[in-house]
Amino acid sequence: MKFGIIVFPGSNCDHDAYHVISKHVGQPVDFIWHRDTNLDSYDALIIPGGFSYGDYLRAGALARFSPVMESVKKFATTGRFVLGICNGFQILCEAGLLPGALIRNRDLHFICEHVLVRVETSDTPFTNEMTAGSVLRIPIAHAEGNYVCDDVTLAELQQEDRIIFRYCDRDGSVTETANPNGSRDNIAGICNRSRNVLGLMPHPERACEDLLGSSDGRDIFRSLAATLAAVA
Amino acid sequence: MKAKVFVSLKPGVLDPQGKAIQHSVELLGFTGIADVRQGKYFEIALQDSADQEQARESVARMAREVLSNPIIEDYRVEIEG
Repeated sequence: MKFGIIVFPGSNCDHDAYHVISKHVGQPVDFIWHRDTNLDSYDALIIPGGFSYGDYLRAGALARFSPVMESVKKFATTGRFVLGICNGFQILCEAGLLPGALIRNRDLHFICEHVLVRVETSDTPFTNEMTAGSVLRIPIAHAEGNYVCDDVTLAELQQEDRIIFRYCDRDGSVTETANPNGSRDNIAGICNRSRNVLGLMPHPERACEDLLGSSDGRDIFRSLAATLAAVA
Repeated sequence: MKAKVFVSLKPGVLDPQGKAIQHSVELLGFTGIADVRQGKYFEIALQDSADQEQARESVARMAREVLSNPIIEDYRVEIEG
């Protein structure tokens, strides 16, 4: 199984993701510059966090026009896996691969802290090694993580079991006080209809070593690796 | 010729920046403010030879596909001859 990490000008979590895949998942991984368009040799892509194009215009808005993004869209339609983290989630929404949008945090601040998210379903390639209802401690680091969508989209996401992570408290209860940024329905991560594209605001790649305060994020990469091992 | 594009959040989309601005101007003593919404404004200089109707169409497309995110924003285009 081979992983690719897309690098835009302004990506800054690309090396963290590379470290996790090479060290903890133990699989081959390449950086893919945003001008490259050949993704044939990859089984899974990570669109990492950062500030692509300086977040000019809107977070993720300009990255969507990079040459690689047309290839990413085609890659996704073949059923291969795409994981968008933070700015990667914003880019996937702007590119129309995931519904909704991420706007300025409710309280305007850039929030950089560990939060708790509940795994809402194990029925995705990214969570199949986890139990629905389990709580992960993973950091967020964003100013535009406030997930918005219209009522129809929200109903679809709920009915199709496509809300994958929701901000919660220590007991796993989804409450307004546990919602760091004002996201609709406490949404921290969603997937597409085919379930092979996941976007989330928390940074699992920053939560893979106990030394860094949590290793809960490993479960997401472990799940994806298990999925890839099964389809190989 | 110049095109002006105004991008604003759709009604109903929370605008925390607008709220913070409203709070600040109220602290400054301004009263009677019902709401503040923050948007974006673009000035696009066009070659004078450009056809006005074509320019309007292409700027509208620009506004729709790049300058605004139709999920959360509306836009308005003005062309100045």
